Amino acid sequence: MTTTTPAARPSSSDDNAFKAELVTLIPHLRAFARTLTGDPTAADDLAQEAMMKAWDARASYQMGTNMKAWTFMILRNQFYSEKRRSWRQTQLDQEAAERTLIAVDDPEAPVALDELRQALKSLPEEQREALILVGAGGFAYEEAAEICQCAVGTVKSRVSRARKALQATLERGGYARDGQSAGDAMRSILADADRLSGAGRK
Amino acid sequence: MIEPKDNPARKSGSTSNERDLEEVRLRQQAIGVKLRHMFDEVVNEPVPDEFLEILRRADQGASAKEGQ
Repeated sequence: MTTTTPAARPSSSDDNAFKAELVTLIPHLRAFARTLTGDPTAADDLAQEAMMKAWDARASYQMGTNMKAWTFMILRNQFYSEKRRSWRQTQLDQEAAERTLIAVDDPEAPVALDELRQALKSLPEEQREALILVGAGGFAYEEAAEICQCAVGTVKSRVSRARKALQATLERGGYARDGQSAGDAMRSILADADRLSGAGRK
Repeated sequence: MIEPKDNPARKSGSTSNERDLEEVRLRQQAIGVKLRHMFDEVVNEPVPDEFLEILRRADQGASAKEGQ
């Protein structure tokens, strides 16, 4: 869209293009923030801060490169620097966790989603974020490595360990849930996934 | 005596192994579908106005500065 403009100072049309792309990324930033904080309100605060950081740093962004990965990296850095400062003390309260990532408009979904969310919470932080980026965010291993500022091999092994651990947790029912036996979590996820992918394919 | 016994045993062992692998693959696939679903659900939420408002204000600030 941008015609030849002087490179010295970011032009208004560059700003507009940047802004337009940034706006399309807001939903993804919110989702990633929610998996990191586990709390919708804190997640939106984090996503807003990340969005503004990205906006302020727009001069250092090269149009045409991967803006999604770039903004995710900003958000992640923001999360960990704030966490070091203040969020360490804040216990993730159970009530907030209950509200998180629940499909309120889907009566069948909550059970399996809850199981999965609980199992995700039991993963080490770096495994969880790697799995979310690759397994849910649609990033390639290379992009996830860029976001987490680590080696590609590290991401691969984290994702692989996360997948194994998640499955084991879901099958064993490593967390206590009244009336739910071990296999039920996995069974409801299998049934739900079947329903979802069936609906998605059409 | 040993050979005819050994063969079918190995055979059925490998098929159940394949079955196990297939089962693991299916379960991993199901977990993957759920994981994406969980993430996409937030992605598909309407974006709170606040986000666009903040960005609009910042943008106005930027063009005001540029105009000076």
